Amino acid sequence: MSEYNVSQCRTPVFFDRFERKDENQHQTHYCPGCGHGVAHKLIAEALGELGLQDRTVMVSPVGCSVFAYYYFDTGNVQAAHGRAPAVATAVKRSNPGSIVISYQGDGDLAAIGTAEIVHAANRGENITVFFVNNSIYGMTGGQMAPTTLIGQTSTTSPWGRRPNNEGFPIKMAEMLSALEAPVYIERVALSDAKHIMQARRAVKKALQLQKEGAGFTMVEILSPCPTILKMEPTVARHWVADTLIKQFPLGVYRDRKPEFEPVLVPQKGVAELLGISGKRLSDEERHARRQHTRAKTIKVSGFGGQGILLLGQLIAEMGMREHMEVSWLPSYGPEMRSGSAHCDVTLSHDRVGTPLVSTPDVLVAMNEPSLRKFAPHVRPGGVILYNSRQLPEDLKFEGLTVACVPASEIADQIGSAKVSNVVMMGALLEATDCLPFTTAQAVLSGLVKNRKLAEMNEKALEAGRNYLDTEVLVGAVAGPDGCGE
Amino acid sequence: MRQLCKGNVAVVKAAIMAGCRSFYGYPITPASEIAEYAALLIPQVGGTFLQAESEVSAINMVYGAAAAGQRVMTASSGPGISLMQEGISYLAGAELPCVIADVMRAGPGLGNIAPEQSDYFCMTKGGGHGCYRNIVLAPSSVQEMASLTMLAFELADKYRNPAVLLADGFVGQMMEPLDLELVEPVVPQKPWAVKGDLETRKNLISSIHLTPDLMEAHIRHLEEKYSECERNECRSETYRTEDAEVLLVGYGIVSRILRSTVDLARQHGVKAGLFRPISLWPFPSKALATAAKSAVKVMVVELSTGQMVEDVKLSINGSMPVEFYGRVGGNVPSAEECQAELFARMEVLV
Repeated sequence: MSEYNVSQCRTPVFFDRFERKDENQHQTHYCPGCGHGVAHKLIAEALGELGLQDRTVMVSPVGCSVFAYYYFDTGNVQAAHGRAPAVATAVKRSNPGSIVISYQGDGDLAAIGTAEIVHAANRGENITVFFVNNSIYGMTGGQMAPTTLIGQTSTTSPWGRRPNNEGFPIKMAEMLSALEAPVYIERVALSDAKHIMQARRAVKKALQLQKEGAGFTMVEILSPCPTILKMEPTVARHWVADTLIKQFPLGVYRDRKPEFEPVLVPQKGVAELLGISGKRLSDEERHARRQHTRAKTIKVSGFGGQGILLLGQLIAEMGMREHMEVSWLPSYGPEMRSGSAHCDVTLSHDRVGTPLVSTPDVLVAMNEPSLRKFAPHVRPGGVILYNSRQLPEDLKFEGLTVACVPASEIADQIGSAKVSNVVMMGALLEATDCLPFTTAQAVLSGLVKNRKLAEMNEKALEAGRNYLDTEVLVGAVAGPDGCGE
Repeated sequence: MRQLCKGNVAVVKAAIMAGCRSFYGYPITPASEIAEYAALLIPQVGGTFLQAESEVSAINMVYGAAAAGQRVMTASSGPGISLMQEGISYLAGAELPCVIADVMRAGPGLGNIAPEQSDYFCMTKGGGHGCYRNIVLAPSSVQEMASLTMLAFELADKYRNPAVLLADGFVGQMMEPLDLELVEPVVPQKPWAVKGDLETRKNLISSIHLTPDLMEAHIRHLEEKYSECERNECRSETYRTEDAEVLLVGYGIVSRILRSTVDLARQHGVKAGLFRPISLWPFPSKALATAAKSAVKVMVVELSTGQMVEDVKLSINGSMPVEFYGRVGGNVPSAEECQAELFARMEVLV
């Protein structure tokens, strides 16, 4: 054996035998003269020379190269048609030390996967894309590719590619070079030995850059497809040299790193981040701690921007702190102000069934339209709190307690229309006795850091309570329609 | 200690507690808070959040992260879920675990953003191509948005399969107390993953099997796995079914409404009970048949024109009438409406 000097042997990045293949395990499934074999070899040799075999994950999507995993003795992930750059993005981010290759054909990358390649390139993913452009669909049997040349016939462009019907061949290297993030983009061709040597340098450079963590790299490889083009292998190579290169000029389209300062996110412990604190109490323990509270279903309604949803949340928060079972359900819609808004709050001593409040015990109506809309549904014996000095003249309610509280007016006097919902909260607590005032104070003071706003909140809560106590309830009892007029 | 939390936010918190450090998504109402809170929280514990260019890309990123051995999730709603179906089929075919939260909205097409339960078919029956199943869990409260998210990660890893948290706009948007306890997540070893190292160099993640025999063997393997899942993972809950003459069946937000309907009906002297499937696939058929034992009639309520009702009928297998009441378009019936519909369908009993 020793009389032989091995000067050239197959790179160990390829399997010795292609055991993942069903038959003919000593040869590839590629046609004679196909460019994929050459491209595979350039990649495998570069990986070997750079010492990257163990770290490499090859992502192969749909097309003739779907079976790249037959040959590459590396980690392999097969992906859906066109999606390899998205898959590769997450493979790389999951294990930043890995070397991730997205190996794609022209239909895969430049047609069905256009969005994925553009955005992976634009994010500057630290992956390497090998884009094999042979101007035709191979695996599916010769249909038109986005890179098919003008006039070139295929099974789906039988009259030749017509710009008036199919548009022009798409130039990916040029397109992606218009983006900021990519660090290296070159187009090469497998037309002859000289060009193959240039392709070899480009492939290795791209992988070397990924190894250095430089960013997004892509090599577009013009490649012959003799079977589909119905050409002898040598003729197909000449066609690449004479025709394909004319449409897709070779060269380095991008070779620079974008300058930017990475922004890092401060780190926290899980418990702190998720607000996990204290001991988890059993239902019994919680119920035992419950102070004086009353179960109520409450609907809060008004204009968007009046703090409707927040008022509901504050009541639910208070109920929770008082160890009740609570739920808060918003009417949600496209984000905007001045539309109508309402939310349902349930304060209960038992597990809450429906969180929808269709017949509320308490209605807070911050404007007239919501009063008209929801008042007819208030439960007999229920309470309506209306944001005004008096009810509209045509409205009368039997069997309800109606309290007109000019919350907006009171809030304006305090100094900000923003606190009108807190005024109403004060009135609601006074009118229903469902939760202690001290809890409201605690929730409010925990809510705002701004001292001025905190003081206004405090005043608003007190003002709502006092207004109800002194101005409304006295008369409300006597009023024939339940209204404090 | 309890915290008042939105359903969608609870999903993210639970995912972090379950050891999920990878989130790939695309915003869509009413699921957007899941992506927003993932963007805010996951990077703070050293994880990856990425807003993809589309749901198609998002689910394929999920595929990539799952292939690389991560606990990974995404979230979406109707139109986005439709776009993800290709990827979900690939995930199931390649046996990759992941969690997908679907906060359902009204459809078909763009529909609207209000709650519906019309993705039942596409999630439990397989909205993508091929013979596969998703494990589907249906939360009905904020606490369950968290607990079922954690369970979804566990089951996804156990069966190497996508697990779906099938919520609706209401459960996603509502706020309730959330009680979390810090526990170290138990994440199983994944020797099959492709991590870009010597140990996993031999591994291949793929769903392609070229020859019919190999393809059939793979599908049979999946089938066996799904059977095992059906044997082990059915989950459900009952309320006042012991003496129920009429059994109400609903999941998610509807089960909450029906719980109140049961109480209302009983106040009117009708012995109603509630059966609530928690796992929609596997569907708890046996438990349902047991719960219906004392009943003479079943009524299914859904926010759809009738999807789960088909599985209920299969479970009941013709032994009693199965009535259906559905609201759609974002309309949600009150407990009182459900009671009225129930009474209208059971004149014989009242």
